[in-house]
Amino acid sequence: MAENPEGWQPRILAIICNWCSYAGADLAGGARIQYPPDVRAIRVMCTGRVDALFIMKAFTDGADSVLISGCHFGDCHYLEGNYKAAKRMFLVKSLLKNIGLDDRRLRMTFVSASEGAKWAKVIEDVVNVTHELGPSPFNKEFGELKELV
Amino acid sequence: MAEAVSPTTSEKPKAPRIGVFVCHCGTNIAGSIDIDAVKEYVKTLPNVEHVNDYKYQCSMPGQSNIQEAIREKDLTGVVVAACSPRLHEPTFRAATKDGGLNPFRFEMANIREQNSWVHMHDPAGATEKAKDAIRIAVAKASLLEDLYPKSVPVEHAAMVVGAGVAGMQAALDLANSGIKTYLIEKAPSIGGRMSQLDKTFPTLDCSQCILTPKMVDVGRAENIVLMVNSEVEEVEGYIGNFDVTIRRKATGVLSPAEAEAKGIVGGGCTGCGDCDPICPVTKPNEFEMGMAPRKAIYIYHPQVVPLLYTIDWDSCVKCGLCVEACGDKKAIDLEMQDELVKVKVGTVILATGFEVFPIETKEEWGYKRYDNVITSLEFERLICASGPTGGHLVRPSDGETPMRVAFVLCAGSRDSTGVGKPYCSRFCCMYSLKHAHQIIEKIPGVMPYIFYMDIRSFGKAYEEFYYRIQDEGAKFIRGRVSNIQEDPVTKNLRVYAEDTLLGRPMELEVDMVVLAAAVQPTELTNKTRKLFGVSCSTDGWLLEAHPKLNPCGTTTAGVFVAGACQSPKDIPDSVASAEGAASAASIPIHRGEVELEPYYAMCVEEKCAGCGLCVNLCPYSALALIEKDGKTVMQVTEAKCKGCGTCGGFCPGGAIWMNHFATPQIVAQIDAFLLGGEQ
Repeated sequence: MAENPEGWQPRILAIICNWCSYAGADLAGGARIQYPPDVRAIRVMCTGRVDALFIMKAFTDGADSVLISGCHFGDCHYLEGNYKAAKRMFLVKSLLKNIGLDDRRLRMTFVSASEGAKWAKVIEDVVNVTHELGPSPFNKEFGELKELV
Repeated sequence: MAEAVSPTTSEKPKAPRIGVFVCHCGTNIAGSIDIDAVKEYVKTLPNVEHVNDYKYQCSMPGQSNIQEAIREKDLTGVVVAACSPRLHEPTFRAATKDGGLNPFRFEMANIREQNSWVHMHDPAGATEKAKDAIRIAVAKASLLEDLYPKSVPVEHAAMVVGAGVAGMQAALDLANSGIKTYLIEKAPSIGGRMSQLDKTFPTLDCSQCILTPKMVDVGRAENIVLMVNSEVEEVEGYIGNFDVTIRRKATGVLSPAEAEAKGIVGGGCTGCGDCDPICPVTKPNEFEMGMAPRKAIYIYHPQVVPLLYTIDWDSCVKCGLCVEACGDKKAIDLEMQDELVKVKVGTVILATGFEVFPIETKEEWGYKRYDNVITSLEFERLICASGPTGGHLVRPSDGETPMRVAFVLCAGSRDSTGVGKPYCSRFCCMYSLKHAHQIIEKIPGVMPYIFYMDIRSFGKAYEEFYYRIQDEGAKFIRGRVSNIQEDPVTKNLRVYAEDTLLGRPMELEVDMVVLAAAVQPTELTNKTRKLFGVSCSTDGWLLEAHPKLNPCGTTTAGVFVAGACQSPKDIPDSVASAEGAASAASIPIHRGEVELEPYYAMCVEEKCAGCGLCVNLCPYSALALIEKDGKTVMQVTEAKCKGCGTCGGFCPGGAIWMNHFATPQIVAQIDAFLLGGEQ
């Protein structure tokens, strides 16, 4: 693993659904399960709401990683929004590869309202993977290609 | 991204003026987050006109601060940085409204559940995260708009799924309050698990004696539409207006009412039983846990409600002998088909109960390998006067009366091996004490041995019952049974355990072992909950909206839970939760209307190309293409739209405006996080 630049802290965006993952994250809080503070979450009603452009916007804004988290398959509050979001993620991942971004910077997970511990684990994983990958090339301060965007 | 304007706004919006209110939540937030640093930072954010911090923003003075600031500073939006919006969003929306602003101009920054509580040892990281969270919230609040919840009428009817003691109680309460209630039961009779029990702890009431009056009440209640042999097939709609399709399985037998409808005067099943002796097919009776026979045309037991025979199609050979025996009543129709019934209800209660964990998976205890190892539910049938042995406890291997009986508690419960269940099944301690009492009462000289981890006798008069059984002479051994072996000749059982009070291993020969097997949600519960969009915990039990403050509600508005489908519950707790659920479910119905969150989709017609991609994506068929001014555009049926935003996430032209989660609002949040926005 290459040395990461001094002073760099991962900037990770999470877009999570109201019914499962947001509730799971709240549960982790209630249970005081500690995890790294590098992720900022935006709440939507369903991961189906997540436009591919939101993710691309986050990366062009310099996000080091993006996490999308919803309900388990078959458990979507809106029946099938998470399926549609998951299908969209394959498209976005291939777009990321095309522009030279490691597609591990985008992750979709499924965390239910009762999985507080899993939420903490997911955050830890995402933060660890981001540390492994280092700053995104488009990171506004530390990225190699910051001039391009 | 291009500036987009909501289709609702005709006039140019006012320049945003946002008030930010930071909550200490005592030390819950202030203990990890530097509130002063956050406050100073927030003052530098664009559009922020007012910043305030308070020990408890949700308190009356905290809310008053918000209302005053709205009026004095002419705010256009409110941000409260506090706990989760899942907890206090309604509180602060109401405060915002009381201050004179539209309640949907409120946004919450979660700096407790998702910040101070999970970064307790990293105050610097937590403080930075709180600054970002508030910056993101301010960005969204700057773009929020007035929204108005829509009111919809509530159908004056309810549905209860599952007719065990909880479902029956819930249905009776609803019906007695004047609501037409559909009670759906998959089995041929109502009554559920409680009807299989002999006595109930700690009062030793006969279970059937106290249950059957309720069953009869349900059968007679004018407001209850009872549907046995029925399952929920499909659910559409939302609170106030659920359209539920029920599959009424063909029973092959007409009730008197159904017969009359078919023009058979004085016909239909009267439960006379003439068909029973003549049926040539014999099957194990599942009500008796397979320990007694039944015919292919059968009733579970004489007290069933409704008293109607049912044909088990898997075993019926359609010989027609029963049709002959039934004679002029013409109650039997061997060609009967399943029927789909559609009903409309305002609210729904799920009371789908539990089933016994397959304890044979704990192989060390030999259930299903050793004849004389039985489960507690089998014990209930054997000790029950109306059971297969007339209430005489006998060994399945030889019909002898057992004189030494071991009761193994926590059989599959509180089990961290991965085979059993991690939770406590809650009622096993108490019914095992009751079982010990019953054999002491019925079999002179019998010795019950109770192997326990610790006796959980938490209810009213339960601890006293525990002392009573100790005094009656039952032997208590604190230790888990590690192994059971059968003597191949005598079929007696050797029980191996560690007596943890004496600190030494022990073995004991007994005539019979009763496993107090764990309980788990039924398989059908999982299918049914998905139809209603109800979540479950990792163990599969249905998830309540809040474990303490909303234990009967679910996250799906209008759907409630009662009884042991939520978690293991004994009879008093099941009945209490059923009454709670019935009360909660009746509120919207008696009110007559509910407000729905105005998060529906809207079409920005100038941008819509009429491609129709969204139409197929919508899971609720809420979208359609129409011709308007010579152009094809999408149109939303607001009442059908539930606001998931899946259409908005895919629209290639950005032509769908999701109220409260609009693209410009979300993009502003992303930009605020990553590009900053400090002045």
